[in-house]
Amino acid sequence: MLKYIVKRLLIGCVTLFILATITFFGVKAMPGDPFTQDNKVMSKETYAALEAKYGLDKPVGEQYIIYLNNALHGDFGESLSKKGQQVSDIIIRRAPVTAKLGIVAFFLAIIVGLTLGIVSALTKKRWVNSVITAFATFGVSIPGFLFAMIMMYIFGVKLHLLPVMNLETPKHYIMPSIALSLSSISMITRLTRSSLRDEMHKDYITLARSKGTKEIGVIIKHGLKNALLPVITYCGPMFAGLVTGSMVIETLFTIPGIGAEFTKSITNRDYTLVMGLTLFFGAIVIVMNLVSDIVAAIVDPRIKLGK
Amino acid sequence: MEEKELILTDEMFEKLDDSEKNSEFIAMQSKTFLKDAWGRFKKNKLALFGLVFLTFMIICAIFVPMLSPYTYEGQDMMTRNVLPNAQHWFGTDKLGRDIMVRVFYGARISLAIGFSTAFINLIIGILYGGIAGYVGGAVDMIMMRIIDVIYAVPSLLYVVLILMVFGNSITSMMLAICATSWISMARQVRAQIMSLKEMEFSLAAKVIGASDMRILLKHLVINAIGPIIVCLTMMVPSAIFTESFLSFVGIGLDPTIPSWGILANDCRPLLFTYPIQIIWPITAICLTILSLNFVGDGLGEAFDNNRR
Repeated sequence: MLKYIVKRLLIGCVTLFILATITFFGVKAMPGDPFTQDNKVMSKETYAALEAKYGLDKPVGEQYIIYLNNALHGDFGESLSKKGQQVSDIIIRRAPVTAKLGIVAFFLAIIVGLTLGIVSALTKKRWVNSVITAFATFGVSIPGFLFAMIMMYIFGVKLHLLPVMNLETPKHYIMPSIALSLSSISMITRLTRSSLRDEMHKDYITLARSKGTKEIGVIIKHGLKNALLPVITYCGPMFAGLVTGSMVIETLFTIPGIGAEFTKSITNRDYTLVMGLTLFFGAIVIVMNLVSDIVAAIVDPRIKLGK
Repeated sequence: MEEKELILTDEMFEKLDDSEKNSEFIAMQSKTFLKDAWGRFKKNKLALFGLVFLTFMIICAIFVPMLSPYTYEGQDMMTRNVLPNAQHWFGTDKLGRDIMVRVFYGARISLAIGFSTAFINLIIGILYGGIAGYVGGAVDMIMMRIIDVIYAVPSLLYVVLILMVFGNSITSMMLAICATSWISMARQVRAQIMSLKEMEFSLAAKVIGASDMRILLKHLVINAIGPIIVCLTMMVPSAIFTESFLSFVGIGLDPTIPSWGILANDCRPLLFTYPIQIIWPITAICLTILSLNFVGDGLGEAFDNNRR
């Protein structure tokens, strides 16, 4: 187990290193530069001074080594578009907003997805099953941001029920978190339904029933416990989805989180911020993937890690 | 029933027609693999709906911009934000451009991106996954580790980077989407090849002296064609999704290209004033992705050998 975790962490570090390299040279190869975006005419001296200030006058190889070295010490440099702000400070300030929304969306996806999946797997009424299946199919196909716009129109513009901007009161969380977790809810519903249905036909369930266990106990203690595995392994990719989804949902609802910051930094050509955020997103997803794999191994001893 | 007396005549001892020879032989009519799959696909109503809708979309994408009197960029300041009427079936946008032409022109772009990336992925995926699965051993290990490393990071990050470096054209969008999405195809192909290469026909081909490349492409890949096609169908909607997602946020295609994501983004500020405009791109994106998913699911069931 420990060996597996160490190995995965090492692979994760290699991945991050490669990501950092690709990001660095990608950003270097980009057209346009961060200083001339305001159409201001700049003298050559000012330009050279600015380049020297941000260390952009050194050879690319040297810049790369300096960048890696600083990144290892948690220093991603100074934002180019927001003068005087450290990238790490921006991340620290913005990340909690995204994390709050992400956690709400995560639990929403787990709770609603599991409930719908269990109901759909166990119900004897065909129409209930059809409704849930239809929902899951549409949920996978409709992009979250388009669903968000439909919701914004109905609940925000027409009915004036929910606020369409910012994240202040719990009410503010309703639409962004639904939009963010829509596809995850549908995926979890599908996964739970199919795996629970398979489990409920197995011999040990019949055994538990014949021994007189209450049906609810059979479902939760025996069936669900074994059916949860695909859902747990899905949590890793789901985090990646939530992270990338936050870019569009935060932009749409003008939430001052890290996803909105990322899209802004791209349009602003803020090199250091783009690099810092890319590495940050990459690191989070790698860690989350690792966590979900380890949890899956703890829940299901049949999985042999490291093989 | 009354029993008849048996009278033997010469007619009875005549030779039978060839057609009657096998009349007692009971067997299913032999069908080719694709015919068989099509038979099962036809029974799936949702999949059939998806196919019909896609065909409709492709026909509209080709002909509506050709036959319409408007162009996708032609502005008319006299008719801005018009509601749907006889001249403009879908209405016009804030610059007086005909939305119907723009939506179906967007269909050209989105479908082109979807299908061409799927096709490029098919080639890369078959080669990469095929070689990894067929050669196996250390080669397989290294190739799979490379995939793991790429796969560990959300693909959108790579897509964004590539778009930033190569600009916001349609070609760089295709390139960017391909850069990461071939992985699922490669994995699928590898898994299929690994199980197929253990089968007897593969050994037989080897004994006859077929070259490795021939075995791989002519025998193994052909036998894995079902899962490959399903994987291929599922790649189209995800490419369309990625494009519209990025364009919608403003970091995808150039804003002058009327793709569906750009159209939705254009209408975003008008959500409070002219919400009707946003309906068209949303409907187009959702129905297309839904249809493609239906077709993909239908193909998955049709090609599933266990269901025969």
